[in-house]
Amino acid sequence: MKILAAMSGGVDSAVAAARAVEAGHEVVGVHLALSRNSGTLRTGSRGCCTIEDSMDAQRAANLLGIPFYVWDFSERFKADVVDDFIAEYSAGRTPNPCMRCNERIKFAALLEKALALGFDAICTGHYAEVITGQTGELELHRSPALAKDQSYVLGVLTAEELKHVVFPIGATADKALVRAEAEARGLSVANKPDSYDICFIPEGDTQDWLAEKVGVAPGVIEDRSGEVLGQHRGAHGFTVGQRKGLQIGRPAIDGKPRYVLEIRPKENKVIVGPQEALAIGELAGSKFTWCGAAPANPFNWFDCEVQVRAHGDSLPAKAAIVADELVIRLNEPVFGVAPGQTAVIYLCSRVLGQTTIDRTVSALDVPLRAPQNVGANA
Amino acid sequence: MATYLDHAATTPVRDSVISLYAQKLQSIGNPSSVHGFGQKARQVVEQAREDIAQAINCDRNEVVFTSGGTESDNLAVKGIFASRNEGLPSADGVPPRSIVISSGAEHHAVIEPIEWLVAERGAEAVWIPLDSSGQPDLIWLEGFLAENAHRVALISLMWANNETGSVTDVAAVAALAAKFEVPVHSDAIAAVGHCKVDFAASGLAAMSLTGHKIGAPVGRGALIVGRKTKLQGQVQGGSHERGLRAGTMDPAGSAALAAAVTFAVAELDQNLDLWRGLQQRLIDGVKAIAPETVVVAQGGQHLYNITNFIFDGCSGDSMLFMLDSAGVAVSNGSACNAGVTSASHVLEALGFSTRAASSCVRVSFGYETTIADIDAFLDALPTAVQSAKTAGFTSV
Repeated sequence: MKILAAMSGGVDSAVAAARAVEAGHEVVGVHLALSRNSGTLRTGSRGCCTIEDSMDAQRAANLLGIPFYVWDFSERFKADVVDDFIAEYSAGRTPNPCMRCNERIKFAALLEKALALGFDAICTGHYAEVITGQTGELELHRSPALAKDQSYVLGVLTAEELKHVVFPIGATADKALVRAEAEARGLSVANKPDSYDICFIPEGDTQDWLAEKVGVAPGVIEDRSGEVLGQHRGAHGFTVGQRKGLQIGRPAIDGKPRYVLEIRPKENKVIVGPQEALAIGELAGSKFTWCGAAPANPFNWFDCEVQVRAHGDSLPAKAAIVADELVIRLNEPVFGVAPGQTAVIYLCSRVLGQTTIDRTVSALDVPLRAPQNVGANA
Repeated sequence: MATYLDHAATTPVRDSVISLYAQKLQSIGNPSSVHGFGQKARQVVEQAREDIAQAINCDRNEVVFTSGGTESDNLAVKGIFASRNEGLPSADGVPPRSIVISSGAEHHAVIEPIEWLVAERGAEAVWIPLDSSGQPDLIWLEGFLAENAHRVALISLMWANNETGSVTDVAAVAALAAKFEVPVHSDAIAAVGHCKVDFAASGLAAMSLTGHKIGAPVGRGALIVGRKTKLQGQVQGGSHERGLRAGTMDPAGSAALAAAVTFAVAELDQNLDLWRGLQQRLIDGVKAIAPETVVVAQGGQHLYNITNFIFDGCSGDSMLFMLDSAGVAVSNGSACNAGVTSASHVLEALGFSTRAASSCVRVSFGYETTIADIDAFLDALPTAVQSAKTAGFTSV
């Protein structure tokens, strides 16, 4: 195959490219420039976006003896990821920019470009497996390296995209093995630290960065009854489920801690309440996709597991398409889930699909009994 | 076999230059030393200075060796700016001759020193209007100088543009500026060896050149500093090069530079004939394959060895990738230090849209370029254009 290896400058994508070369594919390395202003970005062990990362990727490609290019995706990245992130926060939601980047940049814009330029597939250093299922269709599965499993952020891949992606290190049981392999291959990125936070925001500076982009206006913190409990310096600084840093002077009547339940950007209000009120029983979103083959009848409730954050637990649930929404009902309530987050549904280790959460329903409002099957138009 | 059509980026070192360079490297001696070894080494440097002076018609004392074009441009822009304001009182950090006139189509080696002067020395940059073929508006310039000459430190305009090949009549610029007693520097890096360059006849105050565009190794260039030009050195640490550029003199590099300049100038007429034919074949071939293609800067005076195309609907990085995959090396706008090929600032300065400036491909010839090289490019072009059109744009 002719494979385009996306090389971030980190150890995973370097080893992934090395394995693609070793497997006999014709491999070309590409680094995505995601910021126009790369000169001003801080350098360091971030995994993408910096001059140092670009040079690390190039060095790895040189050692592998493959051609290497840097392609400018900065405007697409700004429009599809950064601006989306700001818009989502402005609307009081909690977006996942890595997911957007996979959905719109790496496995969309980059893949389209790669196919147009004659490649068969793109290869990345993600930890997840693409395997052929019993029906003969491609399926995306969790990585055996469960601690590093990235199937959640790949939940946005479609059946068509799965045909054109290769994850050469996806089945590697442990990141330490990848590092050891990089070391053995003489790749200098072997000991480069993992990147964890958001690549386009200066380290540890999310709140200040958001304040600058979203604009800061002081407002009130109140409970669901409308009683004002305190002041905030900007609603963007809060996330649903947050307990610390509310700076509410007086305790609740029952003496229990209060949590952020809701952010209402239009009113510039932060709504707080007891932990019970955070318990969510149902999630729903209209922007859903199936990762590979869709369930035989998605309009009937089916058993699945749902994961609502990148390194969160997988929770038993039932799901169905109801009135053009993918609705997910949790068997047990989940705490601190906010609109804007992505819910990825699994069948055992297989990623079945995902939706961006448009709305959540409090566990108190959802019947605890398991739902019965409903008709397609219900 | 790979086809190299990126000679304007750098061109192979001539075999005869390699031999000479290797031979000179074997000699011992610092040209500044007083002993016999030093004197021999000095002789090599001074012979090189004389050879360059002869090739481009300047005084031997006007040749100041540098590490290359970027340093020459920096030395000229910063050095002349400093001298022109030397001893004159500044007002609120703004020197009396604060204006530097240049163009948006200059190489970064000129634009960035000017931006540095603006940020650090109270300078004011004034960018001369250009037409779509890259020619500066001299009527505008005359009007501007008539009103502001007393505030102008220098003018810097390139002799030949490295991306588009457009040639500016720098002698006309210098003659105009002379009426107002304003010094003119010209970046002649793309010009030397590719069109006729006569420093004495140009009326320039200073002129940059470099070796690696004409068959010398990377790392040796010169700034020709007219004898009447006042210029402050920018590197301190010795009295080398008339005190304008401190640093141990490089006999082997200087000899290699001089040999390359001499060859390039001696072969110019012959190469111009070659390149004129090749350029016509190239343009005709491209137009036959992709008729909507724009050939940049062909309206005015231009070089025959540099041709810049705007392939409609094709992003430059896709074109470069496809052509490189087919074994054909060309280039487009300059790449930044992270390796990103961005829209050509030169084309944008000529009034092209960012999209057009991201769709350009520069094809540049050397003295060894053949018809077979042009045909290899033309053979690879249809697939490249088709694929690049399908891939579309990811950035603009």
